[in-house]
Amino acid sequence: MAIATPETNVNFMRVAKPLGILSIVLVLSSIFLLATKGLNLGLDFTGGTVVEVGAPEDISLSVVREALSEGGYGAAVVQHFGSSRDVMVRIPPDESDEPDQAGLEVFELIGGVIPDLDLRRVEFVGPQVGDELRDQSGLAMLMAMGLMLLYVWFRFTNKFGVATVAALLHDVIVVLGLFALFQWSFDLTVLAAVLALIGYSLNDSIVVADHIRDDFRNSRMTDPLDIINQALNRTLSRTVITSLTTLLVLMALYLFGGEIMRGFSIALMAGVVIGTYSSIYVASNVLMLMHVDKQDFVIPQQEELDEMP
Amino acid sequence: MTRYPRWKFFLLVAVLAVCGLYAMPNLYPDAPAIQITSAQAGGEVDERAMSRLRSALDDAGIVYSDAERVGTSWLLPLSDSEAQQRARELAQRTLGRDYVVAQNLAPTTPDWLRRINASPMNLGLDLRGGVHFLLQVDMDTAIEQRLESWVNEMRLLLRDENIRYREVSYEGQTITARFDSSSDLDAANTRVRNQFREFNISRDSDNNALVLNLSSEEISKIQDYAVDQNRTALNNRVNELGVAEPVVQRQGADRIVVQLPGVQDASQARRILGRTATLEFRLVADDVDPRRATSGIAPPGTEIYPFKGDTRNPVILRRQNIVTGDQVTNATMGFDENGQPEVNISLNSAGARNMQRVTSRNVNRPMGVLFIETRTDIEHITNEDGEREQRATTTREAYVINVANIRDTLGSRFRITGLDSPAEAGELALLLRAGGLAAPIYIAEERSVGPSLGADNIQAGLNSMMLGLALVLIFMVLRYKVFGVIANIALVGNLVILVGVMSMIPGATLTLPGIAGIVLTVGMAVDANVLIFERIRQEMKWNNQPPLQAIEAGYARAFQTILDANITTLIVAVILFAAGTGSVQGFAVTLFIGIVSSMFTAIVGTRAMVDLIYGGRQRAPTALSI
Repeated sequence: MAIATPETNVNFMRVAKPLGILSIVLVLSSIFLLATKGLNLGLDFTGGTVVEVGAPEDISLSVVREALSEGGYGAAVVQHFGSSRDVMVRIPPDESDEPDQAGLEVFELIGGVIPDLDLRRVEFVGPQVGDELRDQSGLAMLMAMGLMLLYVWFRFTNKFGVATVAALLHDVIVVLGLFALFQWSFDLTVLAAVLALIGYSLNDSIVVADHIRDDFRNSRMTDPLDIINQALNRTLSRTVITSLTTLLVLMALYLFGGEIMRGFSIALMAGVVIGTYSSIYVASNVLMLMHVDKQDFVIPQQEELDEMP
Repeated sequence: MTRYPRWKFFLLVAVLAVCGLYAMPNLYPDAPAIQITSAQAGGEVDERAMSRLRSALDDAGIVYSDAERVGTSWLLPLSDSEAQQRARELAQRTLGRDYVVAQNLAPTTPDWLRRINASPMNLGLDLRGGVHFLLQVDMDTAIEQRLESWVNEMRLLLRDENIRYREVSYEGQTITARFDSSSDLDAANTRVRNQFREFNISRDSDNNALVLNLSSEEISKIQDYAVDQNRTALNNRVNELGVAEPVVQRQGADRIVVQLPGVQDASQARRILGRTATLEFRLVADDVDPRRATSGIAPPGTEIYPFKGDTRNPVILRRQNIVTGDQVTNATMGFDENGQPEVNISLNSAGARNMQRVTSRNVNRPMGVLFIETRTDIEHITNEDGEREQRATTTREAYVINVANIRDTLGSRFRITGLDSPAEAGELALLLRAGGLAAPIYIAEERSVGPSLGADNIQAGLNSMMLGLALVLIFMVLRYKVFGVIANIALVGNLVILVGVMSMIPGATLTLPGIAGIVLTVGMAVDANVLIFERIRQEMKWNNQPPLQAIEAGYARAFQTILDANITTLIVAVILFAAGTGSVQGFAVTLFIGIVSSMFTAIVGTRAMVDLIYGGRQRAPTALSI
């Protein structure tokens, strides 16, 4: 296969500046989108009720909507879920006097107009639990980033730490921006995907950073730009192949994992693509910005071969 | 290239063998089964009942396998889910109220695997179907109720001691008692200090008031009591629901998690969790000829109730009750001076006043404790047309759980003695407590998954895993040829270890996000091999190393990077586990185990295979298939 065999010698850094600008634009517009449109928070975070029903025949959404608004659930969101035989109804938390009863009422209302209805799933999250999950999740995300920062700090020189964390923030913000732009539902499983992405993104950056550091120490070249370029070339095949295998499984998950795993796989697919790009461009751009040079690496000659596997 | 140490081969084979063995039960699909449990908590299933059931099933022509004892209940595997339905109805009819029959799945793990304690993975509710409730205990009300009863107790105390007070009231967590004179205050101070040890008591001489502050320890004690009591009550109810492997757990300071796997009808579960049981204390109508009880016709003003567990000796009680269960604030088991078991009961003021009034006039006469329970049952019936119908029936069940002589005038705190055993006393205290709920509960979160969706989720997870695995396997062979095959074998080994470890950890539960974690691991696990193989290529290409040295250098140099790269994902998995809830935790678990085992198989495993292929040759290879 001809994917980035070791002979490749792409001059990555030639387009570093324009891409750097692109990244800044991406991050800024993501922040803008998050601030204006915001995330389409799922049931887990807003509270409310979700009912999923299925029938042997196609279900007409207008019939369901009519039955629901007659029953007093005019604000319910009704949509097909996975197939036209499955319908998902989402009820805002303050739509009903007894919110925890809403799920069954909705099922009975729809059951009145659709024959042989099967109740597939009811999820009710009280407003208090929703708030807590939101706080908890935000905290988990900050904690994950904080610990990553700490880890990178101990592991690399300051400049590398800043570079990898910049790449990490870039990835997370852009993926969240995508979710804000397309208003994809953001629930607990998507949050899990974003956290996994934090690990993955850093993993990618670390491999590249390790290589850059090696080359700074061992290479006869003197121009930091050339050294970074060579390191990027040498890790390119690994970066691309690992991203590819990960994308392959995520694609399988997207296709066959069912409706519930869709947000999860989209978040990670977007994250892997953006993470691969950022580990090549964002980290190296930041390094160049900070004028990294050989002096940053001469200090303690750490033994790289810790142990034989 | 040095030969690979022999102990690492042994380690590899040993780990794979053990994990493979423990992963095997997952290959045997669960069979539909019915589970028979005694309706009494901790009760055994009678062998005669089982043989009655067997013959009933034989008569109905339902095919079943050998029943198996699981804890105190029996699992009876059946051929298919239709037989399961019929068998359940039949079993409930045959065995009656004394036993609870639930639908469950029976593992079909062969005996030789069971002997080493191997069992399949636990499946989460999103995969097997079922209901999950998070119940919130209303603490403010619990504390308020408790304070209210203390205020009333205090009024009673002051009245009994003939201390005049202006008012006793509570606000927040403070009770204030005001008096007209400082002498009243002094008198009250000593009495109150003796009896109300739960409070920090201070004198407010300026206002002639006594200020009682509830200590924070006492508040958490009230909370603990309320939550634990509610948990016990819910546990008792769930046990009667006929659910296989229910979970009733306290979560945090004021919540209770109830998980009911396999329950299809969430509304039924709600009804039963919210079921009401009450207690009444009534005088025994001892002036009536007890023989009239058996006749079934109660004299005017009385009612006949069966005595618990003894239908032949009914008790005639007065129609009017003295105290009801919601007036019981606490009940604990203890021992009297002579070491005899007793139950100590605390009543709130309304209850105490009534109790005092009635008992003072009826010393040395018997008093009975009546247990009344209202419950709604849903019966599944197959009617003449062969259609399945649901029928709801509400039943009121009442029986006398204790009769004791009144020895003295009773107040807010009294005890029941004359019990046969500590066990009986404990059960009575539990019933008194668990009859009603200590504090109101409401549903804070509910997630129910129908069995059809659960089965769909399993299928979806399996399909995506198969496709993902196939794509990665093909890709690796195309890219790395022989080394790709080696990496693939390691990848499959990784899956075996992952499934084996998941099956071995008793608390680990597989959820749909958990399957996603496994799928993701498949994609990410080859990363280690990609790193190593790319290094080997580079060593040969750029540093002109001969193949064997290139292999050695490739493994050595990539090791640090692999470790580094995986640690970040491990940190994330730990955070996810700590911060996440149920299904997300499932993802964290599989991700964590998958990453650790992938490092093992991708480094130790592939190295051993490479050594077997290239290391044992007489002449060093001149090229590698990489």
